[in-house]
Amino acid sequence: MGGKTLSEKIIEEHCGKEVSAGEVVVVNVDLSYMQDGTGPLTVLRMKEMGIEKAYNPEKTIIFLDHASPSPRMELSNDHRFLRDFAEKTGIILSDVGYGISHHNSLESYARPGDVIVGADSHTCTNGALGAFATGMGSTDVAAAIALGKTWMKVPETYLVEVNGRLPKGVYSKDIILHLIGKITSNGATYKALEFTGNTITGLSTAARSTIANMSVEAGAKVGLFPPDNETKKFLKKMGREEDFREVGSDEDADFEKRIEINAEELEPVIACPHLVDNTKKISEVGKVKVNEVLIGTSCNGRLEDLHIAASILKGKKISKNTRVIVTPASRMVYLEALKDGTIETFIESGALVTTPGCGACDGVHEGILGDGDVCLATQPRNFKGRMGNPNSFIYLGSPAVAAATALAGEISDPREVM
Amino acid sequence: MGKAWKFGDNISTDLIAPGRYFHLRSNLPELAKHVLEGARTEFASLVRSGDFVVAGENFGLGSSREHAPVIINLAGAKAVLAKSFARIFYRNCINIGLPAITCNTDEIEEGDELELDMEQGIITNRTKGTELTFTPLPGVMNRILHEGGLVAYIKNHKSLEKI
Repeated sequence: MGGKTLSEKIIEEHCGKEVSAGEVVVVNVDLSYMQDGTGPLTVLRMKEMGIEKAYNPEKTIIFLDHASPSPRMELSNDHRFLRDFAEKTGIILSDVGYGISHHNSLESYARPGDVIVGADSHTCTNGALGAFATGMGSTDVAAAIALGKTWMKVPETYLVEVNGRLPKGVYSKDIILHLIGKITSNGATYKALEFTGNTITGLSTAARSTIANMSVEAGAKVGLFPPDNETKKFLKKMGREEDFREVGSDEDADFEKRIEINAEELEPVIACPHLVDNTKKISEVGKVKVNEVLIGTSCNGRLEDLHIAASILKGKKISKNTRVIVTPASRMVYLEALKDGTIETFIESGALVTTPGCGACDGVHEGILGDGDVCLATQPRNFKGRMGNPNSFIYLGSPAVAAATALAGEISDPREVM
Repeated sequence: MGKAWKFGDNISTDLIAPGRYFHLRSNLPELAKHVLEGARTEFASLVRSGDFVVAGENFGLGSSREHAPVIINLAGAKAVLAKSFARIFYRNCINIGLPAITCNTDEIEEGDELELDMEQGIITNRTKGTELTFTPLPGVMNRILHEGGLVAYIKNHKSLEKI
C-alpha cells in the first residue's frame, strides 16, 4: 500500500482509523465558525435541530465581518441576534471592526493539522497553515457546532508544484490566477490542492494564504500548504509557537494528478469579467479604464499586500478618475499599517481606508459599483453582480497591479512603475 | 410534472442570491422574490411550483450561502438538474432536502415537461417522449435526502456516527 497524502493523514487523525481518498468518514472538528451573512441561518438551523449550544464554545466563533459596521437596519438586527446568541452560548464573538474571519483565524486560532469548517466558502484560506479547512453551508456548520463533528468524503489530491524565482512584479496572486486559468473554475471540484516546490517554500504565510483562499475558485475543497519553518515563524510572531507541528504527505503518496508551474515564466495575471478563470496576461488585456480600485479582502488584505501597494503609491497621486479603497483584513493588520506609516502613504496618495472587514467585495457596502463601472480588485471573485451591481465589471489582480492601476486610471502593469 | 427552465454554465451564487439583497437573508420569502435574478430577471415571477431548474456545468459556484438553494426551493422548484455542481452548493441542496441531479441536460429544452423518479433514477421528458437516466446520489447523501435533509436527520438520529 502506498503512502498517504496530507489530507488523508489529517483526516485519519480526526476519525481514528486508516482512510483512503474516496471514503466517506465522520471527523472531529477542531474549529468552526460562521459570519454575519451565514450566521443567522446557522443559528436557525441549530434551533431547528433542537441543539442550541456549541459542543465546544471556546472553539466556535461568530465573526461580524461582511456588513461591518452595519449599513442597514435589517443587518443591525442580524448582528443583534448573533451577539445575543454568542452571549447565551459562550461562543466567541468577533465584533465589527476586528476584520475578516479567515484572517483572524490565521492570526489567533487555526493550527497545522486542524480540521476547520466555516460557513464561508473562503474558509480554505486556513490551508496556508496546513489546516484542513473547508467552507460549508449553514446546516453543515450548524451540525458541526452542535455535535463537534462533520461528515466528509476524503478528497483525492492534486499536487501543484511551483518552482523557480518569481519575476519582479509577480506575486502569489499571479500564481493562483494562472493556475485557475489553466485548470478552470471547476478544474479541481471536490479535490484537495496541495502546494509544493521551492517557490512555495519561499513564500510568506500571507502570500500562501492568497493561494489557499482562491483554491475554492477552482472548485477545490481545500488548498493545503505543508507546515514548515515559515509556518513556525508565523505562529511565533502571533505568540503561539506551541501550536506548530509538522505534518505532510508521504513521498510515495498517491496523488491523482501533478501540475507543474514554472514561476520564472509568469507575468502579472488579470481575471476578466465575469468569471475567475477568464484570465489573461496583463500584456494581453489592452486599455481598460477603471473607476474603482479595491485593495484588501480575504485574498489580499494583509500587511504584506498593503506594503506592496503602498511602495508603488508612495509620493505619488492616484488618478483623478479613479477612487481607491483600501480595506485591511484585520484589526492587527490595520494597526501595524497605521504604526509603520503605510496608512499615511495611502491617504496622502488620495486613497481612502475603511474599517477592517470584507469591505466592498461582498456587494453590501463600502464601495458598491454604479452602472457601467469598472473595478480592479484584489478580491477572490469577479462574478456578475458580486460588488452589488449586475451592470458593472470586475477585474482581479494583485495588490501591485491594483496600485499601478490606481495611478494610471486604467489597468496597468506594475513592472513599469516599480 | 413540471416545466424546465434552462440556464447555462457557471451560474454563480451571486446570480442565484445576489449580494445586493444581503439584508433580506433573514427574510427568506422576500429574498426568494429575487431568486436567480442575476441570470434571468423575471425568473421568480415565472417559475411555478413543481418546475425544474435545468443548467449546464458547475452550477452554484462561489459562496457558501445556503440561501441560494433555499430560495430556489421556496420559489417552488422541485429539483435542480445540471451537468455538474459546485461542491458546497451540492451539499447545501441535499442538506435542505432539494434534489440536485447530475445528468446530461443537453437532452432537455426550455419548456419541456419533466417528471422525476428519484427511486428509479429516471427523468421522463413528457414533451419529447424520452427518458433520461441519472446516477443515484452517493449513499450518505441519499440517506440525508431521504429523511428530508440534515436537520431532520440529526433530529432523528441525534448523531452523525451512522451516517
